[in-house]
Amino acid sequence: MTKKKAKSIFVFGCLAPAVILVCVFMVYPTIEVFRTAFFQKSNFVAEETFAGLFNFQTLLKDTTFIESIQNMILYVVLITLITMTLAILFATLLTREKIKGSNLFRVIFYIPNILSIVVVAGMFSAIYAPTNGILNTFLSMIGLDGLRQQWLGNPDIINYSIIAALVWQAIGYYMVMYMSAMTSIPENLYEAASLEGASRVKQFFMITLPLIWNNIRTTLTFFVISTINLSFMFIQLTTDGSLATETPLNYMYNTAFAGKYGYGMAIGAIVFIISFLLSALINKVTERDTYEF
Amino acid sequence: MNKDGFKLYRIFVYVALITLAITIVVPIIWVMLASFKTQLELVSGNPFDLPQQFLWQNYVDAFNKARMGDYLINTVIVTALALVILLVVALPASYVLARFKFLGKKFFNGLFMAGLFINVNYIVLPIYLMLFKADMFLGFNFFLNNLFWLAVVYAATALPFTVYLLASYFRTLPKAYEEAALIDGCGHFKTMMKIMIPMARPSIITVILFQFLAFWNEYVISFTFMDKENATLAVGSKYLMADAKSQANQGVMYAGLVIIMVPTLILYILVQKKLTQGMSLGGLKD
Repeated sequence: MTKKKAKSIFVFGCLAPAVILVCVFMVYPTIEVFRTAFFQKSNFVAEETFAGLFNFQTLLKDTTFIESIQNMILYVVLITLITMTLAILFATLLTREKIKGSNLFRVIFYIPNILSIVVVAGMFSAIYAPTNGILNTFLSMIGLDGLRQQWLGNPDIINYSIIAALVWQAIGYYMVMYMSAMTSIPENLYEAASLEGASRVKQFFMITLPLIWNNIRTTLTFFVISTINLSFMFIQLTTDGSLATETPLNYMYNTAFAGKYGYGMAIGAIVFIISFLLSALINKVTERDTYEF
Repeated sequence: MNKDGFKLYRIFVYVALITLAITIVVPIIWVMLASFKTQLELVSGNPFDLPQQFLWQNYVDAFNKARMGDYLINTVIVTALALVILLVVALPASYVLARFKFLGKKFFNGLFMAGLFINVNYIVLPIYLMLFKADMFLGFNFFLNNLFWLAVVYAATALPFTVYLLASYFRTLPKAYEEAALIDGCGHFKTMMKIMIPMARPSIITVILFQFLAFWNEYVISFTFMDKENATLAVGSKYLMADAKSQANQGVMYAGLVIIMVPTLILYILVQKKLTQGMSLGGLKD
């Protein structure tokens, strides 16, 4: 056996299992989503009829679908803005200020990320419960009875209640990520800025933000995808799309299981493309010259 | 900034930090306490009251009536199996992608990168349908409702992220070790097993920690693939939540949430430093 042949066999043997698994359980199913979107297919049977663009045309007139896309955009925009702002703010405070117990805060803030979304949903059901929920009881205790709400029962605020829960879930993860980026910024940059008389706010915008910009970009790109998925799971576990909280993936799941499989996959295909385009757009818009230190 | 202003600013910082910490710690402790409460206390009592007694009955019911004991065993099996399959498959692939030049290398790198953008929620139904058809062909349930295949799907869908993480780590290791091993007559396989994989230990630990949490907590795939008597903890908790909405048993539901939550919390407390440091290796999540 020649050396070259041995190398080829080794490379093939190492790569083949992973490639096969990814092709069978990721590539093929993804192709299937896009293919069956063009078919009329009733539930889990083999028969399918080609329907051209029919599923997509129906979608454009489907008010539930349009509502779900609106919710998705609301979620992505608000959750991204609030989570990123708070995560960057708290990361800055914990790295730049001399905080007593900063390590303990970091440990606590990360906890929601290790909890199953089922646990998060169960917790927020208890927090938002109408009569003796944690939040309403707390509001009464501090004399703010007027603020008591049907947090998961009033269609006007239910989406914001869900957004709050998802922000709560995400802050710590991104905060820890930005903290590790911020601690690698050399201290002498800040010392020099202090000597020049730059305020803390100015230091943040002139030093911290530009130097962690690449981290922010990467996280933003994936945050969109992650938000769409987490909101799906959270909503499936709490409202299941009732009370104007439908999200596209939940609608896809329920539609496909209710027998309109092809139609469900058309929803999946569109959401997939939207989320991909959103990620690409964010990636483009946030493009800056990279600063090195 | 003058001295008073600075003091005010410090107070504001602490208030903000402590508020966020409270919103995280209180609900977790609350769920733990609620798991010991009676139905009456949960439905009509003040939520901030402590349980009148430590009622273990909720846990007994969760294990016996709600089968959380079976689900716990299933979850342990699936999580362990999926981690083993994932590492056995991902390590050689990552090593080869990071270290060897071969035809189509760019394509395979691209394949795994593209996988990062495919979330399992989009493809869980086509995977289900594929396994369903395969079972129809065989004439009996072999792929669906089977813990082994559930673990295979977990591992497969975690591959892109894992390969990305491990390959970036392999790239940072010095080449000299492999060259020395090859000169000494060590084959490719032996070099990988004896030298390179042991050197990649930090990244392997990161993968195990992250994916343990992901597999342990996973519920969409498990909910879609497994029958109720064969479910995992997260799905069992979902059933308990649905029960709690319709009838009694709220305490049992909270007991269920504690059962799924406690192992992850213990692991986190033991390894929190490694976990949060490992994030700078990966840099993204799905």
